Amino acid sequence: MTSRTTIPLPLRANRVHEACGAGRVGFAVAAMALVRRTLWIRESWQGETLNPLGLADFCDPSQLLVAQTKDQTDMLAVAEEALRDGALPLVVLEITRPLNLREGRRLQLAAKAGKSIGLCLLPEGMGSNASETRWLCTPLFDPDDSTLMSWEIIKNKSGTNGTWHVRWNAAARRFDVVCPAGKRPGSAGAAL
Amino acid sequence: MWFARLASDRVLRARPCDGPFALTLKRANADRLYCLNRAAEAQNLSRGMTFADARAFCPDLLSQPANLTEDRRFLHVLRRWATRYCPWVGLEGDDGLVLDITGAAHLFGGESAMVADMYQRLKRAGITTRIGLGDTRGAAWALAHFGAGEAAPGQPLAALGQLPVAALRLDDKTTTALQRLGLRRIIDLEKAARAPLARRFGPDLMMRLDQALGRQPEQVTPLAEPPHYGVRMSLPEPIGLFDDVMAGTSRLLEQLCTKLKTNEAGARVLELTLRRVDQEAQTVELRLARPLRDAQRILPLFTRGVGEVESGYGIDQLRLEATQIEPLPVRQLSHVSSGRTDQLDDLISRIGTRIGLDNIQRFLPADSHIPERSFLIAAAAYSEPEGPWIPPRPRPQRLFAPEPIAGDGSRPPKHFRWRRMPLSVARATGPERIAPEWWLSDDNWRSGLRDYWRVETQQGRRLWLFYTPQSPGWFVQGEFI
Repeated sequence: MTSRTTIPLPLRANRVHEACGAGRVGFAVAAMALVRRTLWIRESWQGETLNPLGLADFCDPSQLLVAQTKDQTDMLAVAEEALRDGALPLVVLEITRPLNLREGRRLQLAAKAGKSIGLCLLPEGMGSNASETRWLCTPLFDPDDSTLMSWEIIKNKSGTNGTWHVRWNAAARRFDVVCPAGKRPGSAGAAL
Repeated sequence: MWFARLASDRVLRARPCDGPFALTLKRANADRLYCLNRAAEAQNLSRGMTFADARAFCPDLLSQPANLTEDRRFLHVLRRWATRYCPWVGLEGDDGLVLDITGAAHLFGGESAMVADMYQRLKRAGITTRIGLGDTRGAAWALAHFGAGEAAPGQPLAALGQLPVAALRLDDKTTTALQRLGLRRIIDLEKAARAPLARRFGPDLMMRLDQALGRQPEQVTPLAEPPHYGVRMSLPEPIGLFDDVMAGTSRLLEQLCTKLKTNEAGARVLELTLRRVDQEAQTVELRLARPLRDAQRILPLFTRGVGEVESGYGIDQLRLEATQIEPLPVRQLSHVSSGRTDQLDDLISRIGTRIGLDNIQRFLPADSHIPERSFLIAAAAYSEPEGPWIPPRPRPQRLFAPEPIAGDGSRPPKHFRWRRMPLSVARATGPERIAPEWWLSDDNWRSGLRDYWRVETQQGRRLWLFYTPQSPGWFVQGEFI
């Protein structure tokens, strides 16, 4: 099921969005590629780290700040402060427990005050009602390419849901929307 | 003022001991005695003796390695203390002070009373001292080192004449040569003809003699007091409201920032101490992401810290001190610079008050092919963004500690389980062999070489696997987007 409408990227400004699924880091990297500076907030006990050498193909790692907090309360406080300030156009949070409505709403108000974008990366099923959009991101296997991903909007406050297949265009340094493999011209599934 | 055993006195002040004690310093490829106490000197030990010899002569000798920087610091402490006698206090070598007490002696009841007071106070502090008092700096030095006493004003030769020539601050070679000539005392030197001596020893010898006898001036250079960045305010009535405390802080900040501005410095760490009526004191510490001296920018950063203060019965004294200072020269403003980084620095400071300034980090490139050491993590407040970032080969966006998976052989397994997910390999690219850096011992790289594979699974996940041929095993270390 592929949507005919255009993909709503870059993310709507002044709002907080959510991304889940195995490819959520890829989605965050795509969002980082569209802005100048990013603050990435994570809890310090988490073992997984970002690798700046891996990010270098997509965005400039020198413009990335990482904040390590001791728990999620600190993380939300830091995110609210950064969103409200607006010095950083994008704030990415790695959420580990679901946000309640009050926390989600506070982040929305902060993003509105600072004219910045928030992006929460969450494990499955931890979405908050206050978020503007929720994206389900999954990496896909493609025989010809190794960056194919499926980005699906599963919640949208001001628009329709949809699914897009994207791949990284290394020459133009951007993500291109492509047709799903089965429906490409010339392939067997195109007639369906 | 000569502190004959400054280094050992300093150590013994902190930890007194009765027996022989010495500090050792490694010189000329051997541990040698650097400074010893009176008990050790009584055992016929001397400076410069090797430590092994000293232990043989005196088996119960206690020792400790010398710390020259601490000794220097202690001398500066004494210098500051000595300004209680007169404002002109300078350092004299590594273990002495020179005081110009002209016009200050009468405040202590005369020169002898002042010297007695100095002796008494230093003795109480446990510091061996010898004080010489003379018309000139040279005379005072000679008397301190070679015969403690006071020279009568106007007659330096009477006091100095009988002292050996070494008291003129000459080097060992000149002293020995003079003694060979039969000029053992200063009075002998004074009576000898000047011209042949000057021709043989150079102008230095005569200059030292003239300085000691007051025929040639010599200055005392007092060290400048380091500027003190602390201001305080005492209140007639205690205050407790948040706004009042902030208003007080703002007044203090303005004074402090003026002071910082005159010295072209910026504060890195500020400490606000609020003393309550019941003598309790609470401290608010503020660490800044950049050195700052702008009161309007610093004040809002105190909001969070002051808000947490428990005012109790009220606060009656505020004290603000910049505990860490960095030079911050005045800069030319131009239309090119934007105010954007200022805003970011303020944000970092503000977040730093909550989670600690060290926890806001940025990546810096590092020269290593080991994946986990190919970048550095530095505190954003103390580093500048650096580039360029050039990955040698495609690298994963996420890294984690290696997680073992089942597999054998040097090709990636067709099917494997990772994090309870069954995965099947659709395409594997590799291997890329990375050898451990032999010059650094890293426990994680004990297993030797690694062959890295970029594996794309049928399920979509793209993983970074490695195989260790020297102790066979398969691991997952990263994930591509």
